[in-house]
Amino acid sequence: MQKVIITVVGKDYVGIMAKVCTYLADNKININDISQTIVSGYFNMMMIADPAQSPLSFDKIEKDLEELGENIGVRIKMQREEIFAMMHRI
Amino acid sequence: MIHISEVYETNEMIEKENLDVRTITMGISLFDCIDSELYKTCDMVYEKICRKASKLVETGERISKEYGIPVVNKRIAVTPIATVGSSACKDSDDYIKLAKTLDRAAESVGVNLIGGYSAIVSKGMTPKEEMFIDSIPEALAVTTRLCSSVNVGSTRTGINMDAVRKMGQIILDTAKRSYGTDSLGSAKLVVFCNAPDDNPFMAGAFNGITEGDAVINVGVSGPGVVKYALEKVRGESFEVLCETIKKTAFKITRVGQLVAKEAAAALDVPFGIVDLSLAPTPAVGDSVADILKEIGLEQPGAPGTTAALALLNDQVKKGGVMASSYVGGLSGAFIPVSEDQGMIDAVNAGALSLEKLEAMTCVCSVGLDMIAIPGDTPASTISGIIADEMAIGMINQKTTAVRLIPAIGMKVGDTLNFGGLFGKAPVMPVNGFSCEEFVSRSGRIPAPIHSFKN
Repeated sequence: MQKVIITVVGKDYVGIMAKVCTYLADNKININDISQTIVSGYFNMMMIADPAQSPLSFDKIEKDLEELGENIGVRIKMQREEIFAMMHRI
Repeated sequence: MIHISEVYETNEMIEKENLDVRTITMGISLFDCIDSELYKTCDMVYEKICRKASKLVETGERISKEYGIPVVNKRIAVTPIATVGSSACKDSDDYIKLAKTLDRAAESVGVNLIGGYSAIVSKGMTPKEEMFIDSIPEALAVTTRLCSSVNVGSTRTGINMDAVRKMGQIILDTAKRSYGTDSLGSAKLVVFCNAPDDNPFMAGAFNGITEGDAVINVGVSGPGVVKYALEKVRGESFEVLCETIKKTAFKITRVGQLVAKEAAAALDVPFGIVDLSLAPTPAVGDSVADILKEIGLEQPGAPGTTAALALLNDQVKKGGVMASSYVGGLSGAFIPVSEDQGMIDAVNAGALSLEKLEAMTCVCSVGLDMIAIPGDTPASTISGIIADEMAIGMINQKTTAVRLIPAIGMKVGDTLNFGGLFGKAPVMPVNGFSCEEFVSRSGRIPAPIHSFKN
């Protein structure tokens, strides 16, 4: 599976990052890069991740992350990296 | 490495500015389904469409999920049916059987529209093609997913005025035949000049005779994205305005290119083209009219509208061509009335007339699109409107089209409501002076002098 971009958007509080990273580590999804900003109290985080070693399918990871987001009150989205590379790189 | 701001920008476009892939359209050749027995032709047509497009919808949905971008429509375009049925069909009723077969196949594979109930009669009509055209009103009334188009002229052949005259009556008959559904049949019938073989957008999509066995063509959209980008450059020079449109068009088209390649690979069908059109929908914030307003017009239709649209159309093309390896189809800004809330508002405000829309079609893709006219408009007047629009296409070497909806039993000021993608159309006034004698002449308008390029 190709690299994916995971975005997390929601109200900032302690432990958002830990919970997302724990899920990724438990499922053998490697994190290549993380950036994060806080805009008006809202947490904006982006990860470039590599699920190549993960036994889970894209669909399963995407669904799990969405559920995790609902549980901790943030919105988590996973997309294949190419859409961003195509749009912003010549 | 992708930057967080780029991710944010892309997702804003998708979530707030209505960026989407409007359609993945699979073109399917039906030449190998031609037979002299109608039941055999129907069986082969059904089987081939179901076989080729069996994974079209699920592939579109998978791509949508993985990239996080809506793929709004999955559709099919087939070889013009007038040709496919010419051996098997002995009368108009036989063509109706083919229409029902197409509708059934479309339902079976789960696409919402299928195009190609079409005839290419730019220079002349065979008796079978006349028979086919006669079947259109009934075909569109007894099917739900079928779309029809007739190409009646081209720069190379001139305009087939016999076909133009016939289509005036057919449009009227189609509206009458689908009276119970607000004349929805006419919303699925397009008359073309210089129709492209690879257009992925309905209702005018068909798989042209120049195409291979199957092909994937993709139509992107994103009027909202352009509108939001222009909000940030209010009051700036034309240079800044044009650069902003170009850059935005580039980004939109890149997404189309990505999706087209991905879909073609997944379906094991060659990639054809990306149609880099700005196609509005009735949704708020998905309007070409709003872009024109953002450029500086109080309402579309105001003086300056044609220039603003010309500028927009040109910059969309300039930005888009570099983003895709193959562009085609209609590629430009669409200006349908019923499918664009801003256009509807402009008509209701008295800013936009049929004549101004005609002028606008000289500088953008397609033509007089999704316009409701009074139900008592004579067929000859509809033919006259078609002839004008075809002349614009023929002389300017561009595609033009007419999709008029005679609102049966309605008058100016009333509104047709199709619902969904087709939107709603305020009935617009039509010039009441007659062109009966003009369109009653037989034969064709010769090809223009600049078509002789050999």
